[in-house]
Amino acid sequence: MINLDPKIPKGELGEKWTQYRGTMNLVAPNNKRRIDIIVVGTGLAGASAAATLGELGYNVKAFTFHDSPRRAHSIAAQGGINAAKNYQNDGDSVYRLFYDTIKGGDYRSREANVHRLAEVSVNIIDQAVAQGVPLAREYGGLLANRSFGGVQVSRTFYAKGQTGQQLLLGAYSALSRQISLGNVRMYNRHEMVDLVKVDGKARGIITRNLLTGKLDRHAAHCVVLATGGYGNVFYLSTNAMGCNVTAAWRAVHRGALMANPCYTQIHPTCIPQSGSYQSKLTLMSESLRNDGRVWVPNKVEDAEAIRKGQKTALDIPEEDRDYYLERRYPAFGNLVPRDVASRAAKVACDEGKGVVATGLGVYLDFASAIERYGKGEAHSKGIHNPGKDVITKLGEEVVAAKYGNLFDMYFKITGENPYKMPMKIYPAVHYTMGGLWVDYNLETNVPGLFALGECNFSDHGANRLGASALMQGLADGYFVIPYTIGQFLSNEIRTPKISDQLPEFEQIEKEAQARIDRLMNINGNQSAESFHRRLGAIVWEYCGMSRSEAGLKKGRQLIRDLRSEFYKDLFIPGTKDEFNPELEKALRVADFLELGETMMVDALDRNESCGGHFREEYASSEGEAARNDADYTYAAAWEWNETEPVLHKEKLEFENVELKTRSYK
Amino acid sequence: MKLTLKVWRQKSKDHKGNFENHQIEASEHMSFLEMMDVLNERLIEKKADPIAFAHDCREGICGTCNMVINGKPHGPMKGTTVCQLHMREFNDGDVIVIEPWRAAAFPIIKDLVVDRSSFDRIIQAGGYISVNTGQAQDANSIPIEKDVAAQAMDAATCIGCGACVAACPNASAMLFTSAKVNHLALLPQGQVESSKRVRSMVKQMDEEGFGACSNTGACEVECPKEISIENIAAMNRMYIAAVVGQQDQV
Repeated sequence: MINLDPKIPKGELGEKWTQYRGTMNLVAPNNKRRIDIIVVGTGLAGASAAATLGELGYNVKAFTFHDSPRRAHSIAAQGGINAAKNYQNDGDSVYRLFYDTIKGGDYRSREANVHRLAEVSVNIIDQAVAQGVPLAREYGGLLANRSFGGVQVSRTFYAKGQTGQQLLLGAYSALSRQISLGNVRMYNRHEMVDLVKVDGKARGIITRNLLTGKLDRHAAHCVVLATGGYGNVFYLSTNAMGCNVTAAWRAVHRGALMANPCYTQIHPTCIPQSGSYQSKLTLMSESLRNDGRVWVPNKVEDAEAIRKGQKTALDIPEEDRDYYLERRYPAFGNLVPRDVASRAAKVACDEGKGVVATGLGVYLDFASAIERYGKGEAHSKGIHNPGKDVITKLGEEVVAAKYGNLFDMYFKITGENPYKMPMKIYPAVHYTMGGLWVDYNLETNVPGLFALGECNFSDHGANRLGASALMQGLADGYFVIPYTIGQFLSNEIRTPKISDQLPEFEQIEKEAQARIDRLMNINGNQSAESFHRRLGAIVWEYCGMSRSEAGLKKGRQLIRDLRSEFYKDLFIPGTKDEFNPELEKALRVADFLELGETMMVDALDRNESCGGHFREEYASSEGEAARNDADYTYAAAWEWNETEPVLHKEKLEFENVELKTRSYK
Repeated sequence: MKLTLKVWRQKSKDHKGNFENHQIEASEHMSFLEMMDVLNERLIEKKADPIAFAHDCREGICGTCNMVINGKPHGPMKGTTVCQLHMREFNDGDVIVIEPWRAAAFPIIKDLVVDRSSFDRIIQAGGYISVNTGQAQDANSIPIEKDVAAQAMDAATCIGCGACVAACPNASAMLFTSAKVNHLALLPQGQVESSKRVRSMVKQMDEEGFGACSNTGACEVECPKEISIENIAAMNRMYIAAVVGQQDQV
């Protein structure tokens, strides 16, 4: 078994990062100029890392498969970003953000990393505002906040429902500045297809130029991956179509370990699937649960009538509605964490109370909020005894100001007006907590290979709290890696420029070419898309919202069968030496087919329920997740192997937080 | 619903392009791009060359998708990207003409996919505030009037799709450039560099081969994020003040 040393610094939890930062090795400015760094991915983590490393004076090469760094999927994050600023004076603190995150992650993350995340969260907001990110403000000109699931304070900063867009454009502007200054060389439309190690250290990558198909070698002193999550293994998810696991999975093939792949997040509020042609699912921000109330009809007959189109939500009287989150979890109500809300929706639909034709959907209702806000507005405008029409009109205006773009988006997709009719929602895959195993320095077990943002596993345990993905991506990129990369690079100041003519580069390029040729030469009959769709259905069925030993074993076999069919019957039109989106897709699906199996293996190993990983065999009498701390307080880091992936464990030590049953009641 | 698609096919920027006709059966619940997926699946089944089109997030925010549908960038629905357009906006028997963005500064890569790296270069010319990581003061030490912040947000909402250029008879990038110039100039943090920024970004825009603005207003009409043409007027004022007021080199 590989010894997975998390390299957690000594000292008190609250002092670890400060002390470590103050004593870690530095690279002098004259040496930085001679050191090359490769950053793959230009989302929040990658763009912020590339920009900051460029500012520090390193030579940075940044890569994205998109046509521009601004297209990375961070752009689609809607609701907000957490920070322990305590601007609302509501009792927030660094410790509370740390504690909420540890608890929200169901005690399966690393204490020291999470505390550092909470500490630097405050710097992120400062940085973003300085860059000109137009975060929402109050009338006094100061920053506004709202609440997200799993917490009892308001610490989420936002820019309408486009927080990810604005933060990414901020990071993109910082990156653009470094590009114009010549500190970062940007490679758009270049996809990493392999990792090159020299003497055991990550020293470069092989990329495919997506316009010409040409493979190129890029050498550097170290490699930073910020390539996002693997949610698209489910085919249908809220991820963008291009999101993929290839860069991370190629690193796994070169010795990096994939940690906790079974920890996937199913987001409770997405627009339900409408047909078999569906290509992706659309999220409705968690921020909506600040004001929306989730319910299903109490009576199965009512739900049936709604499904058949004989009744609508408005026909169900108040006493026949089950606001099940408020009923089951009075302390947090509609703002329970995502895993809890998703499972509760599944339970309601499994009972036959679903409200869309497929049976898979519940209501998210804004009628109470519209009335409450309408009354408040009328009062502040001095309108006494306002009529229902006036209240509704004023209330809708307040709701539109808060969530207008989300309501518009819902209307465009479904054709239904959510101001008048409750939204219909259902859980969908949204985020992956698992990822490449990294230590406190964000370095994988391959020396010189770092992983940031959603691409690593470190901070969210078995469930991520809302508005924490943006926080982690930017924390890693702006405030962690610029320091911790020095721990590796300070020992490399005598290493001359790495040559891409080394035999290792030649060998890996050949292997990458062979992999492409293999797929091109199958010349079967089925498209990569059709394989991806089938893979997604298997992973969702057996490794989705609830999992069982028998199901996982079956799912694993189905994936293995599908993989062998893929290598016999795949068809890719066109050639390898041109712009060929079908070839790009096929290479990505090939990697998903291996990752999917690893997820099943990981879920099988973990004989407990925790966070997003719910094993039917391990539930409390009330249907809540039942952890097994005695046997499973570890991060499971997998080494890929075609016949049987190999497990390596990092024991998680909790020195500051007492492991409790997570309760939101 | 049965539809006839007339789709622009072009192997590369050096090849001649032409329209190709396809018949397709679609459901009204499909998004426009899902309809294109179905068509491509059928083409692949026949071992024909699928139609290359750009797309990614499919929720109207990444700015990747770009099609001119029946002469309108992003199609008939106001304030929407192609990926948000659904087939319920069309009728059984319709003929739908699908073309790429057409502009000298957006060369065609293949079929409906174009190269918009000129937009990146405009941003690189000055679409940022020069602050390094770690140099920021506390976020609440710069109060910004709620309305001003909202105005900046409205300009910052640009997704960089290029519909404004595609809509403009002169293929001008004034709306795109002015949105970034204004977003930053409206905020106190961004005012320091605003004069240099506007000169430098306009210069880059001209070098990329975008046309001049002749105030047709088509950009505002077609912008999926409904960014106001007032940004152009504001940028023009800023540009004139910057050029007249300062003689130093950009």
